[in-house]
Amino acid sequence: MEKVKAIVLRAAGVNCDLETEHALELAGAAARRVHINRLIEDPALLDGCRILVLPGGFSYGDDVAAGKILANQMVHHLRDALVRFIEEGNLVLGICNGFQVLIKTGILPGTDGGGALNLTDPQATLTDNDNGRFEDRWVSLQPGTDRCVFLDPDRRIYLPIAHGEGKIVTRDEEALEKIREGGHIAFRYVDAEGRPGGFPVNPNGSVDSIAGLTDSTGRVLGLMPHPERFVRRTQHPHWTRLPQSEEAGDGMMIFNNAVTYIQDHF
Amino acid sequence: MKQWRFEVSNKSGFRDVHGQAVLSEIRECGIRSVEDVFSTKVYMIEADFDREFAERVARELLSDPVFQDCALGRSGAPAGPMPASVIEVHLKSGVTDPVAESVYSALLDLGAGAVGSVRTARKYILLGNLSEADCQTICRRVLANDCIEEVIIGADAEPPSPHTQPYELNVTELPIRDLDEDGLTALSKERDLFLDLKEMQTIQSHYRGLDREPTDVELETLAQTWSEHCVHKTLKSRVEMDLDGEKITFGNLLKETVFKATQDLNRDWCLSVFSDNAGVIEFDESSAVCFKVETHNHPSALDPYGGAATGIGGVIRDPMGTGMGAKPIANTDVFCFGRPDMAPNEVPKGVLHPRRIMKGVVAGVRDYGNRMGIPTVNGALYFDDRYLANPLVFCGNVGLIPRDKCFKHQQAGHLIVVVGGRTGRDGIHGATFSSGEMTHEHEDIFSHAVQIGNAITEKKMLDTLLEARDRELYEAITDCGAGGLSSAVGEMGAELGAEVDLEKVPLKYAGLSYTEIWISEAQERMVIAVKPENLDAILKLFGSEDVEATVIGRFTGDQQLTLRYQGREVGRLDMDFLHEGICKYERKAVWKSPASAEPVIGLKDDFTEDLLAILSSYNVASKEWVIRQYDHEVQGGSVIKPLAGVTNDGPSDAAVMRPKYDSDRGIALACGMNPCYGDLDPYRMALSGIDEAVRNLVCVGARFERIALLDNFCWGDCRRPETFGTLVRSAQACYDGAMAYGTPFISGKDSLNNEFVCEDGRRIAIPATLLISAIGLVDDVNRCVTMDLKQAGNLLFVVGLTKNELGGSHYYLVHGHGGGIVPDADLEIGPETARRIAEAIGEGLIRSCHDCSEGGLATALAEMAFAGGLGVEADLRGLPTAEDCTRADRQLFSESNSRYLVEVGPDQYEAFARKMLNLPFGQIGKVTAEPRLVIRDAKKKAVIDSDIRELKEAWQKPLRW
Repeated sequence: MEKVKAIVLRAAGVNCDLETEHALELAGAAARRVHINRLIEDPALLDGCRILVLPGGFSYGDDVAAGKILANQMVHHLRDALVRFIEEGNLVLGICNGFQVLIKTGILPGTDGGGALNLTDPQATLTDNDNGRFEDRWVSLQPGTDRCVFLDPDRRIYLPIAHGEGKIVTRDEEALEKIREGGHIAFRYVDAEGRPGGFPVNPNGSVDSIAGLTDSTGRVLGLMPHPERFVRRTQHPHWTRLPQSEEAGDGMMIFNNAVTYIQDHF
Repeated sequence: MKQWRFEVSNKSGFRDVHGQAVLSEIRECGIRSVEDVFSTKVYMIEADFDREFAERVARELLSDPVFQDCALGRSGAPAGPMPASVIEVHLKSGVTDPVAESVYSALLDLGAGAVGSVRTARKYILLGNLSEADCQTICRRVLANDCIEEVIIGADAEPPSPHTQPYELNVTELPIRDLDEDGLTALSKERDLFLDLKEMQTIQSHYRGLDREPTDVELETLAQTWSEHCVHKTLKSRVEMDLDGEKITFGNLLKETVFKATQDLNRDWCLSVFSDNAGVIEFDESSAVCFKVETHNHPSALDPYGGAATGIGGVIRDPMGTGMGAKPIANTDVFCFGRPDMAPNEVPKGVLHPRRIMKGVVAGVRDYGNRMGIPTVNGALYFDDRYLANPLVFCGNVGLIPRDKCFKHQQAGHLIVVVGGRTGRDGIHGATFSSGEMTHEHEDIFSHAVQIGNAITEKKMLDTLLEARDRELYEAITDCGAGGLSSAVGEMGAELGAEVDLEKVPLKYAGLSYTEIWISEAQERMVIAVKPENLDAILKLFGSEDVEATVIGRFTGDQQLTLRYQGREVGRLDMDFLHEGICKYERKAVWKSPASAEPVIGLKDDFTEDLLAILSSYNVASKEWVIRQYDHEVQGGSVIKPLAGVTNDGPSDAAVMRPKYDSDRGIALACGMNPCYGDLDPYRMALSGIDEAVRNLVCVGARFERIALLDNFCWGDCRRPETFGTLVRSAQACYDGAMAYGTPFISGKDSLNNEFVCEDGRRIAIPATLLISAIGLVDDVNRCVTMDLKQAGNLLFVVGLTKNELGGSHYYLVHGHGGGIVPDADLEIGPETARRIAEAIGEGLIRSCHDCSEGGLATALAEMAFAGGLGVEADLRGLPTAEDCTRADRQLFSESNSRYLVEVGPDQYEAFARKMLNLPFGQIGKVTAEPRLVIRDAKKKAVIDSDIRELKEAWQKPLRW
């Protein structure tokens, strides 16, 4: 069987592209890293690609706001290509800065329908952590929906975050209600027993402990934690305490599900 | 074109993180009159669009409507009962504004049509009755960096003009041939050359021989190249040493101590030592690793954020500039500060408060390191009031490089290409300024010596350089660090000769003289040598990712350094004189061993309070507040993180990374440093640093036979024989230690004259500070071990002898005692112990392992217990001790070297004991499920008894900011 093709998008300041490419390859995809300048020159590079990943980093130095400049580039140069890509049933994953980009293009939370790029009337955004600092720590995540193709709805996972602007806020209570009711909450920060809580369980003060969002199709996922940083046992922060086992890291759930979904649907 | 002004601020109900940070900094300056601060981002855009489009720009680009408001036009102070001051911070004319550049492109993306210029500024509204003097202090110390920014006060004042004056060529000669001694000294001082009389005389006689006067750029080039920072003249000098009355001499101190160990050990896995920008050792069949640690002390004292950011940015370029360029894979950072809780009135004029320095330094390293996508995995923090005016900021970087790319091969005819950032006036005289001592006036005089960093420029450059390297598009590479182009081109062309057309260097703004261009230390620049036939390909590659690259000259083969500006020759130097012409120094050094009496301390029954005090001392306390601000997991290679244990918050001994996705081989990083020991015995201080660094690596599972070291000497004024004597003793220990442990030094750096002259003439010198950084190989990362206790019922052993060695210990420190015996290292048993522990870990005999150092046995046990969430029942009768170490307090808190605390499963006991045969080791207790640390003395009485949660709280509280 031909491998599922994936593109990891690079741009100035993106810095998690190599490990993200590696995670995709571990999941069985054929991944390549493509610079945004090349994609703007030739949007047809997306043809045949089934998974587009926006990795973590500090695209354009987080100038103006995290993810803003790259989001603006995508909206104005790649709008049609992106909308078509999503409509054709492909998958989009935004991790950390990539999530910030997706939310700033308006693709997420996508309460207005799949694939919409809503710059003018954003429903939610990501802003400074409540403690005002960049924070690297591990968090437990509870899936909040059963229709996002990247996740197993009943499997709680453990992943690291590393960000300064990860707090989700919504425009108003109504917007939050729509996100909840529409099943857009992909992950919530919880403790080891699955209960939401204050800092550090919810490390940035996100409304309703939201850690990740999916659009109305369930084929676009954005999350602040880094699944590509937990693809093997020795990346766990206290793996030396855990029993020996060959099990891969929790982050592989997301990449494996993505590849399996494409294999099952195309 | 129309001028549009946009002001973006948070809606009420959304925390103004930046404004609140400014408020807390203002309070840290001791100013209480400011009640609140509100921050606003300002964008000034010159463009043709109409109001409707401007509103779209406000909504879609510049603000986030979810939580921000964006107003068009300029707003004044808010109405209300509280007096308000409006302060705007603008960039000085011509200073690069990356945000403006991003906005400019984004406007074009939006379809804005013609856009003239974009500028950004920050605006602050300060509520409260603030005096003129307070306002000045806030502007200067909190809001703006005078080097690059301009402050305007009030809502009506005009922002600075964006236009700069062009430079008109004016070739300046500096007559030197007829000057007398006073004249030479005056010239050096007037031009901030930091050259002493002997050096000025050497230059004078050279130009008398040439029968002409030097131009300014020639003299500046010599000053940069001969600066202490670049050439390490003190450490390479001839030394006459008086060691307790015995005379010893060195022809070249460094060559006969630190270098000599490397030569005598002659390890075939050392691929490149002391010659390139970083030391290089073998990693596996196809790859090598390089490692370099630098200091950025003086700039960090003036501008903690910018100084530290460019410190890490600069050292990252060292591996990038080693061989044909390495990929940076890890950062390390070690800082020394004054006490963070010092009363503001104890801080001398011209010095920033230690807490402010620490916060700024951490933020600088965080922002630069995180943006570069390089994990910051290892570090340390030391506090001593003698670091008050001279904080030490050690930044290190490890790179991974293909074995076949470890050497450069530039040749005559290759083009000199400068890549990356543009050149500005920032960082002028950084190399020379950092070579001298500081005074209370430095913050004004040397603001221009501080560089300005932009991590994204460096990241873009790195991405494209690695690709250019793999496509073999260039022949040599080096970084533009201290001394700027003068050092980079001067070093790269040392054997060949080079010619440079200075007007070709891309500038941040007009108006720089040819000399400023040549010596500017503007950041994010690398110099490469390119074959003419590869030029088009490499320029295309850089251009494709928006990285600037420009041909500025070529390597000639005439052994001359020729500088031109618009075709006219402005400087010509003989490469040989530049690099070899510096005069040789002779220095005197003296060391007299102090008569050090043991302090008198009464006996008592319980030492729990002492342990709590040590855990809460700043040096020992948890550094979690710092560590979590660093991304220590980016690149996905992390194996042993800086924080370990059941709740991820115990203190790891060393960091381990797995740098290649297809291999389980790892790299371990650690450091050792004991400035507290140096006052009493600098020789033992250095030995202890080596033993500690090795211990730390061994504790996580590094292979003992593959450890390499770096030295960083930070000292006071070594023209004083007493001060230099302590350095000589440390250097001697470096040789002895490296030979005994089989650990070659592969690179190093020194920073001297870390002294500060206060306004009243009082002099503050740092304590003798030697940082030993260690890098080791791990054969299989799956065998690594952490320091947290793993399981109740397991046995606890101490390997290594506890002696009566508490001089400079934390037990004495928290009680304010001086004197005592500094820990020695047994140069036979120490290395043998390390080797056996490493083997035992490799064979899977050990469940947890912790280095016994600051705070001694009791502290190490406490850390293992609370990191593992388990208790300990220990009995000092099992502790292997020297005959003179019988008191319980000495056994608990002695800091004797070469000791390891080890947890072993009962089923592994025999194999472990066999492994340790003939070494001093003993079982001191076992791991318990009850969360208490209980240590009993010879009479079975508990001398320490505490809940581990209480111990952990004492350890975490001091730096939980």
